[in-house]
Amino acid sequence: MDLLNAFVALSNFVLVPALAYGAQLALGALGVTLIYGILRFSNFAHGDTMAFGTMAVVLFTWLFQSWGINLGPLPTALLALPFGIVICMGLVLLTDRYIYRFYRAQKVKPVVLVIVSMGVMFVTNGLVRFIIGPDDQRFADGERFLISARTFKEMTGLDEGLAIKTGQALTVVIAVIAVALLFWFLNRTRTGKSMRAYSDNEDLALLSGINPEKVVMVTWLIVAALATLAGTLYGLDKSFKPFTYFQLLLPFFAAAIVGGLGSPIGAIVGGFVIAFSEVLITYAWKKVLTYALPETLAPDGLAQLLSTDYKFAVSFVILLVVLLFRPTGLFKGKSV
Amino acid sequence: MKMRDAGLFALVAALLVLTGMMQSWNLALQILNMGLISAIMALGVNLQWGFAGLFNVGVMGFVALGGLAVALTAMPPVGDAWRAGGLGVFSALIVAAVAITLAVVIWRKRLPARGWLVAAVLLVGFILYRELFDPARDAIEAVNPALQGNLGGLGLPVLFSWPVGGLLAAGAAWLIGKTALGLRSDYLAIATLGIAEIILAVMKNEDWLARGVKNVIGVPSPLPTAVELQENAGFAARFADPITASTIGVKLGYAVLFAVVLIALIVLMQLALKSPWGRMVRAIRDNETAAEAMGKDVTRRHLQIFILGSAICGLAGAMMTTLDGQLVPGTYQPLRFTFLIWVMVIVGGSGNNFGAVLGGMLIWFLWVQVEPVGAWLIGALTSGLPEGAFKDHLMDSAAYMRLFTMGLVMLLVLRFSPRGLIPER
Repeated sequence: MDLLNAFVALSNFVLVPALAYGAQLALGALGVTLIYGILRFSNFAHGDTMAFGTMAVVLFTWLFQSWGINLGPLPTALLALPFGIVICMGLVLLTDRYIYRFYRAQKVKPVVLVIVSMGVMFVTNGLVRFIIGPDDQRFADGERFLISARTFKEMTGLDEGLAIKTGQALTVVIAVIAVALLFWFLNRTRTGKSMRAYSDNEDLALLSGINPEKVVMVTWLIVAALATLAGTLYGLDKSFKPFTYFQLLLPFFAAAIVGGLGSPIGAIVGGFVIAFSEVLITYAWKKVLTYALPETLAPDGLAQLLSTDYKFAVSFVILLVVLLFRPTGLFKGKSV
Repeated sequence: MKMRDAGLFALVAALLVLTGMMQSWNLALQILNMGLISAIMALGVNLQWGFAGLFNVGVMGFVALGGLAVALTAMPPVGDAWRAGGLGVFSALIVAAVAITLAVVIWRKRLPARGWLVAAVLLVGFILYRELFDPARDAIEAVNPALQGNLGGLGLPVLFSWPVGGLLAAGAAWLIGKTALGLRSDYLAIATLGIAEIILAVMKNEDWLARGVKNVIGVPSPLPTAVELQENAGFAARFADPITASTIGVKLGYAVLFAVVLIALIVLMQLALKSPWGRMVRAIRDNETAAEAMGKDVTRRHLQIFILGSAICGLAGAMMTTLDGQLVPGTYQPLRFTFLIWVMVIVGGSGNNFGAVLGGMLIWFLWVQVEPVGAWLIGALTSGLPEGAFKDHLMDSAAYMRLFTMGLVMLLVLRFSPRGLIPER
């Protein structure tokens, strides 16, 4: 039995990756949930919006790299991030102005907007693949590890190493800052309060003189920033591939629905619930159990509940369980 | 059908003839065959969305199940694998089914502490299942892994697998419908999106079933193959160019086969739409509360239609795998097999069977032809540019014009003709 090593192994393979992944999911799910709260439809184009913003960041990163600009140990992508966000904001404002606004004015049923967002999804998807291609792009540079497994072993003298990638550490730090800013904005500023009022009760908000077009525009701007941020952090942690970003749609929705669609806190909690369950259930526990259990009880097999290829199944089953037993999600979302 | 609708169908026919004359008849027939299959898928989605307003974005999953049915029905059985692990796998699956049923029953009975009971039943069931399943799976996958490594099929005639594909998809739809149909429309959408991904994950990873990503090849053909025709002396003597004649002949044969299925389905769907049942279904779609007040069983109708529509998608999936002669799980992509079918239904006209068929044929034609046209267009536009990386990049990217174009077509139709080319009447 060696509980310390067991804990370090657990942190290395489960806690740290799941924390980073959860933060990425939370940022993505926040975008989905804000659109649902304010514009009242499930945005199928969200994954591709994220891919578009990240693509802009990747292109700017390459531009800066070719100029020889970098941030030392930090990835150059951080410098490119504001530019990517602005470009992504441009995209969502254009789609809103020329596509969604028409349907909003007609007060169509939400499901029509969902179908419209499918069209936007196709167009954005095509654009991204047209500009950067469908392949994997790595754009992380700078120091790769905050702590590498070997330094950790040397520092502590333990058998197990704990590696923390710069991308993972950055993800958590930036996500915390972004979420703090978002909640400050929603709870303390006039515009943020008008957004929440609009989300709670549209008619009352209109009666009290809130300009709906302004609320919608601010929402899109925030969503674009969150999507680009989530995409860039995911790309720094793993890699950027348009198809993977499209597939992230499912865990995003799972996180947003588990937390309660329309509830920002719910989206964050949902993101971590989904991330931790995916990693916990698809992790091979052999190593940790061998350390944690007495020798006679140590497992022979991998002690893996499901192979990693089934991680979608995990988020899906959680989604289904929550929908069946608590249809409004953990944090009382809205149901239109 | 009005004159205008007939005109639109004539336009599609003309486009195909034009392809035949300008490019090749082989290509034109290839587009026609996949167009017919797409039209059947579109009919399935139209039944769910157009008639009943059910938002199913898991079409890919049902199409893939149809393909799986072909592998499980038409391929010859692998005797060694059955002896090695057939019993183990099936007893494991039965254990899993019993555990889940037991859990559901316990939950429904409202026994005291049912949460813990259900958890315990599921946990024990899962451990038993893995104990039985893992060795059986390894034994099966060890049998001649280069060519087989799976249980194989039943060795039945391949045409028989088409209805089986429908049945398999219907079974999956029943399971999904039972759990997810009570949910709101966009929750159902997310649920079906997830189910499709899970079905595909199972097909890619469960090698014992249909070889996973190692693919099933050499699916028997219901028609004589091109090679068989060329070897037939009588056939070879009759044509100046027997190779082209044989490939075209086979494709024509498939076209007739598919057209028969499509026409039978359209007739059935039209009859259903015009019957009291069809009117009831549309009444439910337009106002659920009112229909319920009139004593219609909304949940039951929804489940019925969800199953029927999914079965049609499964049938089309089985037909497609038969046409391809192989099952390649890696080629199933949601954009191609779910969202493109939705574009077909929306563009063609949801709620109208002829609209869905037209959309299927027309959008499939565009999907295939946008690529060469896009490449030509980009070639023409960039002809003034110097050779180099930038021009190469643009030329390589031409393939992605089709996604962009499909989105654009869909958005334009939604904006300027929201009820589609042949609207519901």
